[in-house]
Amino acid sequence: MTIQTKKKPFYKTSGFRLFLLIMPLLVLVFLFSYLPLYGWIYALFDYRPGVPLFKNKFMGFDNFKRIVQDTYYLSDVIRVLKNTLGMNLIGMLTSPLPMLFAIFLSEIKCMPFKKLSQTLTTIPNFISWVLVYAVAYAMFSVNDGFVNKVLINMGIIDQGINFLASPDHIWMKMWLWGQWKGLGWSAIVYIAAISGIDQEQYEAAEVDGANRFQKMRYVTIPGLLPTFFVLLILSIGNMISNGIDQYFVFQNAMNKEHIEVLDLYVYNQGMVGINYSYSTAVSILKSIVSVTLLFVSNQMSRLVRDESVF
Amino acid sequence: MKRKKLSPKDVIFNIFNYAFFGFFTLICVLPFYYLFINTISDNDLVAKGLIVWLPKGIHFDNYLEILKINGFGSAVIVTLARTVIGTICSTVGTSFLGYALTRKELWLRKVWYRFVVITMYFNAGIIPWFITMKNLHLTNNFLAYILPGIVSPFSLMLFKTYCESIPDSMEESAELDGAGYLIRYTRIIVPLSKPILATLVIFSAVGNWNSFMDTVFLMTDSRLFTLQYVLYQYLNEASSLADMLMSMASEGLLVDVSKLLTPTSIKMTVSMVVVIPILCVYPFFQKYFVGGIMIGAVKG
Repeated sequence: MTIQTKKKPFYKTSGFRLFLLIMPLLVLVFLFSYLPLYGWIYALFDYRPGVPLFKNKFMGFDNFKRIVQDTYYLSDVIRVLKNTLGMNLIGMLTSPLPMLFAIFLSEIKCMPFKKLSQTLTTIPNFISWVLVYAVAYAMFSVNDGFVNKVLINMGIIDQGINFLASPDHIWMKMWLWGQWKGLGWSAIVYIAAISGIDQEQYEAAEVDGANRFQKMRYVTIPGLLPTFFVLLILSIGNMISNGIDQYFVFQNAMNKEHIEVLDLYVYNQGMVGINYSYSTAVSILKSIVSVTLLFVSNQMSRLVRDESVF
Repeated sequence: MKRKKLSPKDVIFNIFNYAFFGFFTLICVLPFYYLFINTISDNDLVAKGLIVWLPKGIHFDNYLEILKINGFGSAVIVTLARTVIGTICSTVGTSFLGYALTRKELWLRKVWYRFVVITMYFNAGIIPWFITMKNLHLTNNFLAYILPGIVSPFSLMLFKTYCESIPDSMEESAELDGAGYLIRYTRIIVPLSKPILATLVIFSAVGNWNSFMDTVFLMTDSRLFTLQYVLYQYLNEASSLADMLMSMASEGLLVDVSKLLTPTSIKMTVSMVVVIPILCVYPFFQKYFVGGIMIGAVKG
């Protein structure tokens, strides 16, 4: 084979023909993932939509300096960073929850109940954040909300509470919606890991007279910790990204101050405020920090399990 | 296996454990039940807030009436179209690329693999992406729903991993018969990788169905709005919904009070329309979802 292919000219080898077949797909990847990087240049201008880029005023790094020098922008950025880090920190502190969920679910011996519970608790993961908001609306709106109706019927309150518009405890509310949507699903990795734990370990523990709590503590949890640490380390890479969908749908005039995370701020500044150049500058900084964090977490993961993510 | 006697501690633990999972399962399902009974009950009872636990005056007219709302029908068509076309394109494109990247003779194979997979870990940001899409004339263009999703790096990793487990000998005989890559892909790889293809199809279909921000960023033409976006609008613009209903009522489209659409009933009915496909599909395809996430977890 190798002798034959060497005789052929390069562009006729099967490897190159295969490359030609996948080239359109690679072009798509380039167009939608790499080409936008060229747009970073907009951060160097005072870009006004409609005006060709190079006819705009060249600003150099002024848009970046503005983030720290202009007190108006600085206070905004600090507030947004506080929201971003605060909500992510809550998420990290509660990251053992899916593991505990899996451990306790595996303690349920009634199989139909276990199966049903596992299936139904993973469903919310597959609905969009818009629909989560629709659910929130159905459950908590002032006039039609289920919770308000039940509370009024029971005579606990006599007027509906506006859960959705109030800015109180918004970080906790966002966290709770995140758990409602994701807890059952995040537990699946651990459920699989539990089934991978050697049964002999449990039997040995039983011979030693361990009760179920001791088995959980000395067999199950140590068996799951490697998975847990890897996922925790990976979440460091996402420290300043929390996605935009959830906060976009839940934001309103009342809670905006406490709900605006970095991704949403970039959107609000750029697309709503038509402040393209400034918002690009912010997102460039964000990308750089994210990628750095990713490398750090990747290095840590390499130390922990001798295996890198990529 | 012999059954051991439970200690009191065990009994208490079991009670709490079952109670917790019962409760959590309930709050995962209750909202959908509540939405559903409200969409099939008399709309005037719903408006008075009387429907809490059980439906009253069951009718299914809401599901027919919402079709008369401007823009709803087109949103259904756009969403179905992007889900079907997007899923087909994405599954074929991603799996073929995944297959090609397993072939050792591919020119610069490692470079292309990294070129694709690395895109999972960075993005240029919303504004540069938006400007690029605009320059490519993909704003207010249906193709914007399809093209960016054709190559999905995560699914690609899933498929490539699976593909590598297919023995080379399967392909070699076809290669000796002179079959080209496309024939080998369709006749050998696809039939052998049905389970993972099912996973790809499911992930892509759910992703397309749920996708929402791309409409927010790229579309201003209401003919291209998706169901998710329309639902978002309805949830946020109660007043415009009420106006629309007033005009519909004055045109004599709606008469029976108990069947009269209200802003609430519209919101709830559209929510149900959006969620029903997921609720129907999920239990049957659960194993594919779980299979997908497991391979993904092993890969990191």
